[in-house]
Amino acid sequence: MSLAEQIKQKLEAALEPEFLELINESDLHKGHAGHDGSGESHYRLKVVSHEFSGCGRIERQRMVHKILGQEIKELIHALSIEAVAPEEFCTL
Amino acid sequence: MENVIFDRIKKDISENDVVLYMKGNAAFPQCGFSSLAVQVLSQLGVQFKDINVLEEAEMRQGIKDFTDWPTIPQLYVKGEFVGGSDIIREMYEAGELQQLLADKGVQAA
Repeated sequence: MSLAEQIKQKLEAALEPEFLELINESDLHKGHAGHDGSGESHYRLKVVSHEFSGCGRIERQRMVHKILGQEIKELIHALSIEAVAPEEFCTL
Repeated sequence: MENVIFDRIKKDISENDVVLYMKGNAAFPQCGFSSLAVQVLSQLGVQFKDINVLEEAEMRQGIKDFTDWPTIPQLYVKGEFVGGSDIIREMYEAGELQQLLADKGVQAA
């Protein structure tokens, strides 16, 4: 299973998201220090989940990092997170 | 060791209205995410203290432990953690960062 699939699986299990998109942007960072040649170094995550309702921005990102856990964090160089609650989605 | 670093962080964020823990410095950011944070603060005309975590391994890990936040950059305003680069960008785009700075009495240069 690829790293992207592992990330998605963990998030889907924990957040029951209405929408989840994980974009691999590793190729955009070729030649940069964090680009390790694995092709799985830089990701952008967009996720909509009821779990985020009532939570502030800091808390949402902490939730995502906690779900992913240490082993995944060590494998990714960078993860941009857009964490949205369903009631906010229509305003995007 | 941790206490020494934590004491320095506490001192820096209490003595400076706006502090950015980043990779590189304001004149020469060494990571795209730190660069974005500098651009936003510069755009808002906010003076800030830049702390280059790449200069010290203890600070690079220490600020992550202090904030309980796994990534760099990290923005502090009036001693309070605001967020990393995603949150800085989101708040700036929504006008919330400008509001937060105004509410906290941080003057634009």
